[in-house]
Amino acid sequence: MTSSENFVHPYIPNSVPSVRQAMLEEIGAASIEDFYADIPAGIRLHRPLDLPAALRSEVELTRHMEELLARNTSTRQVLSFLGSGCYPHHVPAVVDEVVNRSEFLTAYAGEPYEDHGRFQALWEYQSMMAELLDVEVVNVPVYDGFQAAGTALRMAGRVTGRRRVLVATAIDADKLSRIRDYVRPDHDITVVPVDPETGSADLDALHRELAAGDTAAVYADAPSALGIVDSALPRLAELAHDAGALYVVGCNPLTLGVLAPPSAYGADIACGDIQPLGIHQSFGGGNAGFIATRDEERLVAEYPSRLFGLAPTSVEGEYGFGDVAHERTSFALREEGKEWVGTAAALHGIGAGVYLALMGPQGMREIGDTILAHTAYARQRLAQVPGIEVPYGDALHFADFTVRYTGGRTAAEIRADLKERGIYGSVPTGEHEAAFCVTEVHSKADIDRLAAALEEIVK
Amino acid sequence: MTAHHAPAPVSPEDARIAPKPRLRRFQQASWDEKLIFELGSPGERGVLVPAPDPAIAPVEIPPALRRAEPPALPEMSQQQVLRHYLRLSQENLGADLNIDVGQGTCTMKYSPKVNDQFVRDPRIAALHPLQDEDTVQGVLGIIHSLELLLKEISGMDRVSLQPAAGSAAIYTNVAMIRAYFAARGELEQRDEVITTIFSHPSNAACAKTAGFKVITLHPDADGYPDIEALKAAVGPRTAALLITNPEDTGIYNPRIEEFVRIVHEAGGLCSYDQANANGILGITRAREAGFDLCHFNLHKTFSTPHACGGPAAGASAVTEELAPYLPRPTVEFDGERYRLDDDRPESIGKMRPFYGVVPNLVRAYAWIMSLGAEGLRSAAETAVLNNNYLLHKVRRIPGVSVPYAQGRPRVEQVRYSWQKLHEDTGLHSEDIGLRAADFGTHYWTSHHPYLVPEPMTLEPTESYTRADLDEYVAILTEIAREAYESPETVRTAPHRSTIHRIRPETLEDPATWAVSWRAYRRKILGEATR
Amino acid sequence: MVNPVAGLGGRVGLGGTDGRERRHRALALGARALAGERAAAALRELRELRAGSGVGAGAGAGAGAGAGAGALGGAVAEPEVVTAAGAMGADSVAAAGLTARVVYVPGAGDETSAEDTLAAVRAVVAEGVDLLLLAGGDGTARDVLTALDGVHCPVLGVPTGVKMHSAVFGVSPRAAGQVAAAWLARSGSVRLRDAEVMDRDEDELRAGRVASRLYGWLPVPDVPVRVQQRKTGSTAGAPEAVGGIAAEVAERVGDGLLALGPGSTTRAVAAALGADVSLTGVDVLALRPGHPTEVVLRDGGEDALLAAGPCWIGLSPIGGQGFLLGRGNQQISPRVLRAAGGRERLLVLCTEQKLASLGGRPLLLDTGDEALDAELAGHLPVITGRRRTSLYRLTT
Repeated sequence: MTSSENFVHPYIPNSVPSVRQAMLEEIGAASIEDFYADIPAGIRLHRPLDLPAALRSEVELTRHMEELLARNTSTRQVLSFLGSGCYPHHVPAVVDEVVNRSEFLTAYAGEPYEDHGRFQALWEYQSMMAELLDVEVVNVPVYDGFQAAGTALRMAGRVTGRRRVLVATAIDADKLSRIRDYVRPDHDITVVPVDPETGSADLDALHRELAAGDTAAVYADAPSALGIVDSALPRLAELAHDAGALYVVGCNPLTLGVLAPPSAYGADIACGDIQPLGIHQSFGGGNAGFIATRDEERLVAEYPSRLFGLAPTSVEGEYGFGDVAHERTSFALREEGKEWVGTAAALHGIGAGVYLALMGPQGMREIGDTILAHTAYARQRLAQVPGIEVPYGDALHFADFTVRYTGGRTAAEIRADLKERGIYGSVPTGEHEAAFCVTEVHSKADIDRLAAALEEIVK
Repeated sequence: MTAHHAPAPVSPEDARIAPKPRLRRFQQASWDEKLIFELGSPGERGVLVPAPDPAIAPVEIPPALRRAEPPALPEMSQQQVLRHYLRLSQENLGADLNIDVGQGTCTMKYSPKVNDQFVRDPRIAALHPLQDEDTVQGVLGIIHSLELLLKEISGMDRVSLQPAAGSAAIYTNVAMIRAYFAARGELEQRDEVITTIFSHPSNAACAKTAGFKVITLHPDADGYPDIEALKAAVGPRTAALLITNPEDTGIYNPRIEEFVRIVHEAGGLCSYDQANANGILGITRAREAGFDLCHFNLHKTFSTPHACGGPAAGASAVTEELAPYLPRPTVEFDGERYRLDDDRPESIGKMRPFYGVVPNLVRAYAWIMSLGAEGLRSAAETAVLNNNYLLHKVRRIPGVSVPYAQGRPRVEQVRYSWQKLHEDTGLHSEDIGLRAADFGTHYWTSHHPYLVPEPMTLEPTESYTRADLDEYVAILTEIAREAYESPETVRTAPHRSTIHRIRPETLEDPATWAVSWRAYRRKILGEATR
Repeated sequence: MVNPVAGLGGRVGLGGTDGRERRHRALALGARALAGERAAAALRELRELRAGSGVGAGAGAGAGAGAGAGALGGAVAEPEVVTAAGAMGADSVAAAGLTARVVYVPGAGDETSAEDTLAAVRAVVAEGVDLLLLAGGDGTARDVLTALDGVHCPVLGVPTGVKMHSAVFGVSPRAAGQVAAAWLARSGSVRLRDAEVMDRDEDELRAGRVASRLYGWLPVPDVPVRVQQRKTGSTAGAPEAVGGIAAEVAERVGDGLLALGPGSTTRAVAAALGADVSLTGVDVLALRPGHPTEVVLRDGGEDALLAAGPCWIGLSPIGGQGFLLGRGNQQISPRVLRAAGGRERLLVLCTEQKLASLGGRPLLLDTGDEALDAELAGHLPVITGRRRTSLYRLTT
């Protein structure tokens, strides 16, 4: 007996009873039950699943979903200064147009023949990222920037055969949690606290930690969790290399139209999240990670992820693509720590490629300049608000920055009051400390409005 | 001027168009498109960026942190960028276009368009994860409700939707297993994880990544997981069994309860990889089989699009005993209001930024809600019917065999073998697969190593019509005929795809592999790059 | 190199055709020589291989000759072939539409002998060929092994014989031809592997048992299954697995002795441990963490192994056939195994790829000691990589 004999759904063509019957007859089966013969009765579910009644038509479903969506207020309806790992940037219309194409959206794992376009688009993504990062090797995206950092550090561990990882700049607590968990079997993470005055790396403390030896990698974020682009980033490379460690830098790719790429100041591996490159915020659900290195066999051999390569075909002048068989080289200590490869975030890579092609070198420079200027202005403007102190002096900030409330009210209270005024911001990073973020989508007027609201609230 | 003549009379017969042949005369788009770096010209712009207000001073970047030269990105006008990518999009066989029953284990079912609309709504797309909970009750409600739906579908007690994909969910489960034994002081002792060779290889890989030793069980002579091998493998070192069921062969392990019991008796946990759950929704659950943990791939079983290989989404489900270890935060509901609970001291921590691949959670929620219990069961039964129908027909194609479990039905997929055809013609399964591209479809062979020689894995799901399945069988039959009668046609395929046979050897040599345009220019063209 | 009489006995139920008498009987029973036809089928694959088409991208070079590889992307290149006269090769080459240079003419008479095979192989190899294609069965492969006597020359078998336990043969004549073409075109994915030469053990046969014996190894071009088709999540069979096996072995043995049986896997493992051992003998390695590996016994017999002291015993099954003990490694006798400590001290080393190639057949053992066989049989952990084992059946 089947419970679904008369249920014909637009997504399930062969649920039409006469078709089902004809197919069963052709197979020579009495009923669909025949196909479940290997599932013992003892573990069968002898009742229907207890689920809400189906919303079978698009009308019913859309009405239900609309009720739920109406309970969300989007950042387009208010003035939002939220960042801290998920950034409000403009997504060009052409990016959405491309990533929503059925041909890309519903392709999966075809060969480089019938899915040639997917391979080319992802290879071009790798190539544009390589230009941006000034390296020759960038992978097909992994899940997110956290994963990319964890993997980059494990790669550094395999290359060096060492155990310790030192984090030299301020790091996001969630990111640290993920990295710690991921490298746990092979690596211990030591966070070297930043100088509380400057928010920048404490070079003396780092020096002491390096002296203890066994360091596989020095890790820095550019910008750091505080939004700071540390002027010591080049110096960290020297310290790491003097200790025989690799230098791994997590960076925001959107900064690289104006800021030096990590490879320029000595990073052996760069990694990060491409969410800022044309991926919607989606409640923190739009991420993809990149890992970038020189084209050096000992580094390339350690990538656990896919690398697409350009190859000739049997026809002159035709571009072909395929997986670079880097894991088949005889280099590397892969057996000491193989990682998995699974379905990750390829379409975001294609979207980021479209974004970079649209922006070009000029767009990337302009957006970098604009965000740096907006961030500097916001820090300066908020510092004028009585009861607000903007720490870390003249350190270069990109998008994210920190404020301290000196008037006695907590960051959470101020956040709630801002919300009442239609402004999202003041993510608490301490009881009286909070983070804000500005990008190219904000105007001077927006920042002035925030300052004015804070003047009323902070006291 | 020529003289005008009256047009010759035509008959209805002249207007008659011959019926379509049995097999479509497919020709894939082949735009012969350049690489994006060969397009555009200096100064062209694809999109403009707002300049800062003139009242805002520009920022001086310290020289050591300033970019020395602009990145050599393409410079292209907007329509030119769009056109390039639309051409590339046409050079793909998305599941919306082809009879995508060939990518076995991937569950290439239809991803409803209406669900994409919800995801593109700014009230999902433009939500920031750090907004006040009061302003995101709708999306928190969707996440929480999806957890409840999957809880009922799996029979487990708690669900986390944080994992980024199926393999990430396997890893999440392994991390919880590790935390569970660490809390009991048994981690030193229990350092082995057992899996089977026909379970997804990520089970072994994730266990290894998490620091466990891996023991792989090979099947018994009939292709079932070997219970004697399991008995030999378990012991005081056993931390867990990670197992797929049905396995990638489409064979359901009828002794699964016994497997679970043996591992439990040894003090280990059991984690169910439900990547192949599409044929058993509402039929049997992880709970009834006694599992402690399980996971689903939302992009497979619950219809979210495969997106060229992600973003996907995973769900990890556990019993009450393992719930304290779930990734944080969890979404809680007090009857009126949803909130995020980050205060979970025993949690394994974060598995990805924020809360999960939210767009795909929204899609999966909408899909389940549009089907309900009866619809899920219909999807499962139809997927199984389609699979056995395909099995019935494909096994009759010359050169095909169906290894293992002779005479037994399969659940939602089958791993076939072209070994006979290979022995007769010298052609490989890969050759047959590439020839399929000339008919507008394709298939996947198997994970490595090939236990089933010359493999082909087909999983028809519930989404395809009987006519679709018949067309797919006709294509395979035609290729098999060609393999015997004109093997050269197959060996040099594809002929009507976007490109011709790739010469892959350059991809294996560090001196010639080119992962980027600049690497290609330096290594192959011999140009100076910086 | 065609053994014209190979396979004669198959269809008339006589088994192999080693020996003149059996051949005569086969012919008397109406057997038809198929070897030449099958060799031609393989050779046809060398013809008209356009660049980039199929397994063997690029034009073919010499089927048995030293001509350089044809230019990739160029036109059809005629392979240069050297062979023996008549049914020993030239006929098949002509049937395949190729031309050959004959470098050996068998002695008078209407049938060839093993001596002819040996001489022909030597004459062909003396020309400096890139590949020796042999058409025959296990007996022919053994003859080639004997003729080469350690001279390095890639070899590939076109299966035409009755007994084909050896791992030197392609699965079919055409498949062999395609592999040969890929090798000659120097396609990047083709590498050499050491393949077992097996044949029926005549001593055993006389004792009324059918068993095969390992005679040695020949280098054979190996075209791995194309790894292009790779779904996310699948892991290609990778050579680092051997390095992983070696690392795992080093950890298990710690500070101690390791006796390694013959074979290409164990040899590669030894190389990864820093020791160069022979392909055919049993060698004993002294492992000490942090110190270079020493070979303390080379090509040891039973007594020498017993005298070496307590050892771990590292063995790898014979590819495709699965014999772990009792074929080709009889030095590791029941006494040696017992002295080592039996099952607990046995390390079975095998890549997942090689295990998969057994097609589900169990590993086999035949130590000659029934009690020991019973003790060792059952599900055995096979080391397949670093911190990775597979449980696999071992039966008598």
